[in-house]
Amino acid sequence: MNIFSRLMHRARVKSPRLFHLNTGSCNGCDIELVTCLSPRYDVEQLGIHLEGSPRHADILCITGPVTRNTLEAVKATYAQVCEPKAVVALGSCPASCNVFAGSPVIEGPLAKHIPVDVYVPGCPPHPDAIINGIARAAQILADRGVPEKAKGEPQQ
Amino acid sequence: MNAMALIRLFLFPGLLFAIPAGWFFVWGEHKAVARMQRRIGPPLLQPFYDFVKLLGKRTPSRHGIEADLLRLYPVLSVLSLIAALALLPVFPTGGFSGDGILFVALLEMPSICFILAGFTSGSIYGQIGSIREAVLSVASNLVFLLAIVTIAVTESTFRMTDFAGPSLNPGHWIGVLGILLCIPAKLRLNPFSTSNAEQEIYSGPLTEYAGAALGMWELAHGLEWVALTGFVATLILPVGGPWWLHAVLFVAVSFLQVLLLSGISAATARFTLQRSIQFYWRWAVVLAVLAMSSAIYMRFRL
Repeated sequence: MNIFSRLMHRARVKSPRLFHLNTGSCNGCDIELVTCLSPRYDVEQLGIHLEGSPRHADILCITGPVTRNTLEAVKATYAQVCEPKAVVALGSCPASCNVFAGSPVIEGPLAKHIPVDVYVPGCPPHPDAIINGIARAAQILADRGVPEKAKGEPQQ
Repeated sequence: MNAMALIRLFLFPGLLFAIPAGWFFVWGEHKAVARMQRRIGPPLLQPFYDFVKLLGKRTPSRHGIEADLLRLYPVLSVLSLIAALALLPVFPTGGFSGDGILFVALLEMPSICFILAGFTSGSIYGQIGSIREAVLSVASNLVFLLAIVTIAVTESTFRMTDFAGPSLNPGHWIGVLGILLCIPAKLRLNPFSTSNAEQEIYSGPLTEYAGAALGMWELAHGLEWVALTGFVATLILPVGGPWWLHAVLFVAVSFLQVLLLSGISAATARFTLQRSIQFYWRWAVVLAVLAMSSAIYMRFRL
């Protein structure tokens, strides 16, 4: 990697912006995500910021088991986040539909519809686990932004 | 064009100084708010990393006239703010008659571009944000312009170099107070942050922006900080002394204002649009009209 790629890689790790999407969650995971912004956990020191628009975001944080009503919103929001991007599935619901599994109005799990990079299991997950998941997603999206030939891998 | 004008445009207080200073002031704002909420806050290089990261985003392609306009607005904002900064009389030499009027017009460009960006984007959130910004800009600009006219009347000129430095005339200080009252509205800080109220209308006029264009908007916001706080700093800092001391004091006084405004922003909740207009048109404008009429009266009496 040359110096510009290294700077870009570092900037992507240091500046992950989140967009939070609730796909029918019970609000447990949403509350835990917002707790991360509070003085006790203070994710702003890692450069993490909750954005209002998916266009401004790098990481899509999804909670909930993906209900039938929210399926189109999930796809549309995922398409609106600009590359390079990563998806974090917060809680057990997007991973396995949790207690809602088998319900006729549930379209989950999330990985059936969009690619998921990091799962943070738990019902709800601990804020420390959420911060760890977001930090890993930032690393993944920074690695994803590096062009293949810069990594030193053989070209096709 | 002489060498001094080029130095002002490209070195200090223009391009080379203003961009890092803008990032530093934005960091100062976030850090001060974080410390007041007993958080640690972002690292020093955070605004720089944000800018670099946004340059590297792959944005969806748009076509047609609105795509060109949406790319033009943030660039126009940055350029007009750099030009406004070059007019700041940090070292009161040069300048030309009436450059105060040009300065005010250039300072207004980012706000106009911000409003147009929201309408051009076609997003419903952008349009609501633009309407709010337009109304707030009309409300606060009345006071802002009256404050500048008060200073101009007390100094009998619109030349920026004659505005610079403290004055014995009370009209000068009332004018400075009026400008300070308008800065939160011009920077869209709490309590006058209805136009980019992220809990209500996503990101307001910038909802549709992404990547490098959004980075330019964030840069323009940093430059707005430098231009507005720098303008007040030139009005209250004494003229003369060694140039380096003057430059250091200019930065220090600007940064003190950043801390003061961040404190107000952290301590207040968001006003509704109606309350914001009431603040400027019912209370601040009374002060401004009294100040201007007394300044005009003093001038004709003497």
